[in-house]
Amino acid sequence: MKAAIVVFPGINRERDMAIALELSTGHKPKMVWHKETSLDGIDLVVIPGGFSFGDYLRCGAMAAQSPIMPAIRAHAERGGHVLGVCNGFQILTEAGMLPGALLRNAGLRFLSMDCHLRVERADTAFTGDYQRGQVFRAPLAHGDGNYFASTETLDRLEGEGLVAFRYATPDGAILPEGNPNGSARSIAGILSPNLRVLGLMPHPEDLVDPLMGGTDGKPLFDGLAAALAA
Amino acid sequence: MTDVNQALAAAFGLSAEEYQRVLDIMGRTPSLTELGVFSVMWSEHCSYKSSRVWLKTLPTKAPWVIHGPGENAGVVDIGDGLAAIFKMESHNHPSFIEPYQGAATGVGGILRDVFTMGARPIANLNALRFGDPKLARTKRIVDGVVRGIGGYGNCVGVPTVGGEINFHPSYNGNPLVNAMTVGIADVDKIFLSAAAGIGNPVVYVGSKTGRDGIHGATMASTEFDADSESKRPTVQVGDPFTEKLLIEACLELMATDAIVAIQDMGAAGLTSSSVEMAGKGGVGIELDLDHVPQRETGMTAYEMMLSESQERMLIVIRPDREDVARAIFDKWDLDFAVIGHITDTGRIVVKHNGIVEADIPLDPLAEQAPLYHRPTAETPKPQPLGEIADPIGIEKALMTLIGCPDLASRAWVYGQYDSTVGGQTVKRPGGADAAVVRIEGRQRALALTTDVTPRYVFADPEMGGMQAVAESWRNLTAVGAKPLAITDNMNFGNPTKPEIMGQFASAICGMAAACVALDYPVVSGNVSLYNETEGTGILPTPAIGGLGVLEDAAQAVGLAFKPGLSLVLIGEIKGHLGQSLWLREIAGQEAGPPPPVDLVAERAQGDFVRAQILGGFVQACHDVSDGGLLVAIAEMAMGGGVGASLLPAPEGIAPHAHWFGEDQGCYVLATAMPDAIIAAASLASVPARLLGRTSGVNLTLADGTSIPVQTLAAENARFFPEWMEAPAA
Repeated sequence: MKAAIVVFPGINRERDMAIALELSTGHKPKMVWHKETSLDGIDLVVIPGGFSFGDYLRCGAMAAQSPIMPAIRAHAERGGHVLGVCNGFQILTEAGMLPGALLRNAGLRFLSMDCHLRVERADTAFTGDYQRGQVFRAPLAHGDGNYFASTETLDRLEGEGLVAFRYATPDGAILPEGNPNGSARSIAGILSPNLRVLGLMPHPEDLVDPLMGGTDGKPLFDGLAAALAA
Repeated sequence: MTDVNQALAAAFGLSAEEYQRVLDIMGRTPSLTELGVFSVMWSEHCSYKSSRVWLKTLPTKAPWVIHGPGENAGVVDIGDGLAAIFKMESHNHPSFIEPYQGAATGVGGILRDVFTMGARPIANLNALRFGDPKLARTKRIVDGVVRGIGGYGNCVGVPTVGGEINFHPSYNGNPLVNAMTVGIADVDKIFLSAAAGIGNPVVYVGSKTGRDGIHGATMASTEFDADSESKRPTVQVGDPFTEKLLIEACLELMATDAIVAIQDMGAAGLTSSSVEMAGKGGVGIELDLDHVPQRETGMTAYEMMLSESQERMLIVIRPDREDVARAIFDKWDLDFAVIGHITDTGRIVVKHNGIVEADIPLDPLAEQAPLYHRPTAETPKPQPLGEIADPIGIEKALMTLIGCPDLASRAWVYGQYDSTVGGQTVKRPGGADAAVVRIEGRQRALALTTDVTPRYVFADPEMGGMQAVAESWRNLTAVGAKPLAITDNMNFGNPTKPEIMGQFASAICGMAAACVALDYPVVSGNVSLYNETEGTGILPTPAIGGLGVLEDAAQAVGLAFKPGLSLVLIGEIKGHLGQSLWLREIAGQEAGPPPPVDLVAERAQGDFVRAQILGGFVQACHDVSDGGLLVAIAEMAMGGGVGASLLPAPEGIAPHAHWFGEDQGCYVLATAMPDAIIAAASLASVPARLLGRTSGVNLTLADGTSIPVQTLAAENARFFPEWMEAPAA
């Protein structure tokens, strides 16, 4: 599998992502600067977390206009896999590649903490190494992670099984106390209709090493490596 | 045109004698720009004129020290061909006037001090002091400072991994915001600021220059009064996005051979960076301000030289590498402008619109900078405390202490700081006595902490200074790290008052003694004086930033209990209640001497604890500090969600003094091998005894008192969210 990490100015979790990808795939991902325009030969495009363009405008809005975006869109349209984490998720929604928006956290403060995610479907390239209903821990670090979409869109996402992860309590219950940022229906991550574009707010890439407190995030990358091995 | 005279010099903060010295050096009346340059370079903030004679007495050398004080930050060899570069700096005055931007730019400034030397910043810490929580203003300042630290640090992508917060009314009108950055570089790729190479271009990179922060360094060198609000325009505005680009662009440039010398534009901006770079290199510098990237129109030479606009660097580069360097900054969309060149004149010459606006000889500017041996008055030794009866019992006292503002959980605060970005944070805030951050791609890790107990320093400055250094050494030791060096941030009141200068001098003496005894030198630091409002000084606060190394990050231990372990106390509890939190919170007194530090015992006990941790015999470790032994045990219990059964206090010591005395040099170890540890301690002549066992979900005392750990945790977690999230009254 050939992976590329797209680096927008102000992105800051590209190194974390590269470490996680290399650990699972055995290869260093390619770093692609946002002013480039081609993603030829790439199987997985990753948009990591950070503060693209400082998030001075709406989070992700500037990056969604970068020169690399048409190539990312084309990659997705030809069935390529795209993973957007945190700011990457925000960029994907701003680019219209995933529905909805990420609003300010309900408490109006930046949150840095571990959350628990419940896996809503395990039959995707991103979640194949998890079980459906499995709960895993992941760090989150964001000020704008409050997923919002119209009732219609939320119903469609749920109806079509496009919710990948929900915030949950450690034992897997979907309750307000397990939903740190106020996301609609506790949604933490969503998929495109062809299941090949995933956006999520928390950072599984920061929990792939027992020394850092656990390996709960590693199955996501192991699963991708297995699914895209060819 | 403004007339330059003694009155203007006074308004710029220069004394009559200092202004006369300017006239002598110049041999004529200085221009406005020249007066501005002298006034900021000779400000307390830039010249250390009151503190330098004392700072020179601090030990700064050890075989692992690569660069001590005098560079942008301290540099120590951490093995593996790597250097740690670190410093702590205050942004107290701006944070009072404009808490968000004051704190944010404090973080930005200290980051630049570190990456300007070639290091990638890998961790931020802070040391914060606020006034009485009952005041609405305190709440507003805490909110702004916490948001500002998070807003800047989170955006630049450097994890904020540790810090400390105290409250005391002496900080009501003068909070302290001390920010520390730690970076990593190869030992053979460290960049210094001494300019060289006659004719070499002087390059300005980063943000454009605006009118913000003019005379910020001078403001930071005076007391506050009722007019302080009017100084808001002297506070700079931070742009962490540009800082992030600047970090990446500078590190990219540093991987080439283009740089001769580099320095950030911090306090006193273009003035201090150009003067210091040329001065250190023994050369001259000529600047043409027409080429300075400007954010506003019509700026004068005076304004440009004194602006403290953020996110700017000054670089002397090899002339044949100008294109390489320019291409890197173009890629990152940052300004890159050749604004001058290095000369052999030994002078700084500043031109604007074809007119020479300043022409100052550099040697006298530095060498004849004022240096004051200010009078000192020794703080009288505190009266002994005498017997203090226990008014409320152990259980109530424990609950009160762990819920009080100085001991309540800081999760609300550090929950707003990204502590995991970078993916190398082994021990996060709250998880251990020191933060532990692994070096990317290596086994090696750094342990980091910030410490000082201002109430001890106020009661006995020498003992308090000693304690601050020892406490930081202890916190590094408690995770298993070998402490290497410190950075200090000396926050004191008005140095022209002998009692304040006496505090400063005595604190330095105590610090120096601890540094020597613990092989733990000072490699960088910052002094913030005039921390007074309307004549009232803060508690003397020499904040210490400690750095230690672990050869293998996997050897680090945290403080959380695990079930089925024995608890061993290392060190001796005598029940010292003077200046303790128990005395203040339970008995309502701030009295007595602070707990004495025995540096010989400190060293022996710490070295013993570290050996036990590195030997793999210890599953959790926590030092005894604020609140005493029972608070330390409660913190370990809450950390792991695991209870413990404790043995009774030994005969001959009152239970409340045993459990809440703040005796120094003590550690609680949780271990599966208590007998082996106690036997080894006996051989090493280190006091050690069994305290109890971890088990269940309650903390149980020998008299049967039993408190659910959940109850403790709920009380501990209460203060910050209730205080900060309460609707405005």
